[in-house]
Amino acid sequence: MSALVLAEHDNHVLNAATLSVVAAARQLGSGVDVLVAGNDCRDVALQAGRVAAIGRVLLAEAPHLGNASAENLAAQIVAVAPGYTHLLAPSTSTGKSVMPRVAALLDVAQISEIVAVESPDTFIRPIYAGNAMLTVQSTDPVKVITVRTSAFAAAGEGGDAQVVNVAAVADCGKSRVVSRDLTRSGRPDLGSAEVVIAGGRGLHSRDEFFAVLSPLADKLGAALGATRAAVDAGFVSNDLQIGQTGKIVAPRLYFAVGLSGAIQHLAGMKESRTIVAINKDPEAPIFRVADFGLVGDLFEIVPALTKALE
Amino acid sequence: MEGADLKSLVAVKRVVDYNVHIRVKVDGSGVDTANVRMSMNPFDEIAVEEAVRLKEAGFVSEIVVVSVGGACCQETIRTALAMGGDRAILIETDAELQPLAVARLLKAVCDMEQPRLVLCGKQATDDDASQTGQMLAALLDWPQATFASDIALSDGMALVTREIDGGLETVEIELPSVVTADLRLNQPRYVTLSNLMKAKKKRIDVVSPQTLGVDIASRLIVRKVSEPKPRAPGRMLANPAELVEQLKQLKVIA
Repeated sequence: MSALVLAEHDNHVLNAATLSVVAAARQLGSGVDVLVAGNDCRDVALQAGRVAAIGRVLLAEAPHLGNASAENLAAQIVAVAPGYTHLLAPSTSTGKSVMPRVAALLDVAQISEIVAVESPDTFIRPIYAGNAMLTVQSTDPVKVITVRTSAFAAAGEGGDAQVVNVAAVADCGKSRVVSRDLTRSGRPDLGSAEVVIAGGRGLHSRDEFFAVLSPLADKLGAALGATRAAVDAGFVSNDLQIGQTGKIVAPRLYFAVGLSGAIQHLAGMKESRTIVAINKDPEAPIFRVADFGLVGDLFEIVPALTKALE
Repeated sequence: MEGADLKSLVAVKRVVDYNVHIRVKVDGSGVDTANVRMSMNPFDEIAVEEAVRLKEAGFVSEIVVVSVGGACCQETIRTALAMGGDRAILIETDAELQPLAVARLLKAVCDMEQPRLVLCGKQATDDDASQTGQMLAALLDWPQATFASDIALSDGMALVTREIDGGLETVEIELPSVVTADLRLNQPRYVTLSNLMKAKKKRIDVVSPQTLGVDIASRLIVRKVSEPKPRAPGRMLANPAELVEQLKQLKVIA
């Protein structure tokens, strides 16, 4: 038995999501290799090699692998897949696009967003927005898996794995990335932040959303997030959405500000370690999952809280 | 414009309505779906809406709606037809299907219908798998664009804006291709009663997995479905100072 983990990266830096997938793969009780596929990305392979207890790092480099195109990346994984019993990737937008394609090409099922490894063929994953947990056993010879990274503590450093070059697959030629427009906020990445401050429609407007929440986020080194309602209302862009249809986060500390706690939002944050809810409605469902609640006007409470942290 | 002959296929799934509080069966065999309000998967609704808008704009010539499931899926299909689908195919089966089986069935339909664009939701709100579109694209050896928030068609290509981690990405993919719909692609229209009545006259062909010659055997065994772990009850605090004190005691802040 051996597992191959698809590294998530931007051709320069290994994304921390990869470390959680390595941790999940290790629970399978087998050797773990990492595949770094990209363009001019040897640095990423060297970073992957330093992750603890990695067997080998496979490095595939080509211009057409540089943009994580699902078509080329899936073909690359399939090309190096023989011999592996488990193929794993983080449940990022890249992992979710690529791994079903890999599974179909290998004619096996794919298991999405696992949160626990029961045994090498049995996994737990949330369904119905996390309102039920499914324990599922795979009878396929190869298990193709995406991992909910917030459910696994990141693997540490201290490894010294060999980097092995592998042949890059040919460009499928049917898909081309035209542009990327990535939000640069200077804040930690929402998916891996230790502290998350999420706002809902109670923030009233885009201006007030940032005016009220940014000082608190600055103070705590937190990432900002939002509910689907706040995204729909145009307060923030969709990449900040937390919930069933957005990001799933499980930080050490989560602030839910001016949001009621719709099922679809709870699905994205209720595994957080400590949850603080601030809402004017004492009956809001968010208080049922919160460890600490403050009832009142968020426009008074949040600035007072920011001040109290000084 | 190639609208004159650009056939679009839209896959729709009947799921428990997203407003329903689901209950896990006591024997752990699954989620109780008896006597529960069912609807079209909300992301599939967005996919249908997009196909209809592309047709209204002259880019798509025909919209074929496809669903897989029991006879009750006719209701879901009627909704899609009332939104603007032209005709439909129901692949009727009472078997529990996994995404790979659904993708294979859809591939068989694509082999018959030869659509240039397949639209589906980015994920279904019941199994939250987010696999079918990508698997279908792989089986057809077509390019894909997942999590679409904008689609523009021209000259045998689709220019698709995708919602990716950290922002947006625009990809150009060759048709035929599979595109999966994200939340912000559009706001689906309401179905009027008169359109629902008109939809009753539209054709629904019913086929079976057997007639399509597709193996739908399940590779995954459901061992257990359980309730998520409940959280311990929380505490209401009087003011921010008290909160800071509590968080410091728990060492979640310095």
